[in-house]
Amino acid sequence: MIALLARDMKLALRAGGGFGLGLAFFLIVTVLVPLGVGPQSALLATIAPGILWLGALLACLLSLDRLLALDWEDGSLDLLATAPLPLEAAVTMKALAHWITTGLPLVLAAPVLGVLLNLPGPGFLWLVVSLALGTPALSVIGTFGAALTVGLKRGGLLLSLLVLPLYVPTLIFGAEVARRGAIGMDIATPVLMLAGITAATIALLPFASAAVLRVNLR
Amino acid sequence: MTLNASDLAISRGGVRVLEHLNLTLMPGRALVLRGPNGIGKTTLLRTLAGLQPPLAGAITGAADRIAYAGHSDGIKPTLSVTENLTFWARVFGTASIRPALDAYRLNDLADRPAGALSAGQKRRLGLSRLLVTGRPIWMLDEPTVSLDVSAVAMFADAVRAHLGQGGSALIATHIDLGLDADVLELGPFKAVPAPLDDFDGAFA
Repeated sequence: MIALLARDMKLALRAGGGFGLGLAFFLIVTVLVPLGVGPQSALLATIAPGILWLGALLACLLSLDRLLALDWEDGSLDLLATAPLPLEAAVTMKALAHWITTGLPLVLAAPVLGVLLNLPGPGFLWLVVSLALGTPALSVIGTFGAALTVGLKRGGLLLSLLVLPLYVPTLIFGAEVARRGAIGMDIATPVLMLAGITAATIALLPFASAAVLRVNLR
Repeated sequence: MTLNASDLAISRGGVRVLEHLNLTLMPGRALVLRGPNGIGKTTLLRTLAGLQPPLAGAITGAADRIAYAGHSDGIKPTLSVTENLTFWARVFGTASIRPALDAYRLNDLADRPAGALSAGQKRRLGLSRLLVTGRPIWMLDEPTVSLDVSAVAMFADAVRAHLGQGGSALIATHIDLGLDADVLELGPFKAVPAPLDDFDGAFA
């Protein structure tokens, strides 16, 4: 399992691996928003949590279509499916590698970009907490979408259409935590909901991903 | 333990390709699958490897004992030869990749990125992966594609050594590898085209 995680991270960091793609996209979106909205710091402060969450979500989506498709194209997926590693563990490791190379950099970069959007002071902590709690769910759900569309030519668009509706609960509660945190409201309920969604997806979706992958490998 | 398939029927893309197939592979033996293109050699190997379920029949002695090598080698172009092999060795829990590098004379290429290898060298790397799996049954689909004469000899030697250690091999190939192997001609097991589902018959 560790071997697969180490390989995927190495592949992501090597040339053409796509590491930094999501981060760069996130950066560009959050830099462009204030330019588009104009110099209205009060408005920016209001929309900052939502923009940051939306940017992070779309950035996560960018690298999903390569997550399993590359392994499918070069035959590694067939070989992994016949290896001693259960497919459930393999997709979990793939999702974890995706989170470490895409989700985690977003979490770390978000506070810096929060400054650009004039995010109110108390909001920074809860922005990072909400992203740290929510992005693992984005990776796990995304892996499920990638497993569904593996083997399809130009499956990226279909993948986005399938995955985005599944991202809605995470987005709603994640952005709500960041918004409430920014204006100093009680955040207990949305944090618990967000954590619950993430825990449930991590617990259940690897089984679904492995099952659809088995069907797609036939 | 012997690999056994009895009264097997398999399908590709929803079409039944082979049926009433019986197959036995004893330890220490090699079995060569022969048949024209499209007869279902690849489908048979994928079914036996557990990548797809058979339509009918039973397979015994296959679970967790098969090392499968298909048309693609599963090589990552940005990883070096050593890194590619080490990854599979760790997945299969094998200690050393040295015997695999030696058997296919990959030592000189060990630090090369796999993307910079020629087609034949990639194939050698793909075949050397079988040696790090430590699995007793090898299933090989057209293993000699793009190999030169000396590399085919390396492959035949590797298979012979594997059989000598009590392993077995199921090989779909069109060339003669000079192995003491049984041959299974798949032609006679070609499935009879199923009568069309008569759902639309009333509208004809």
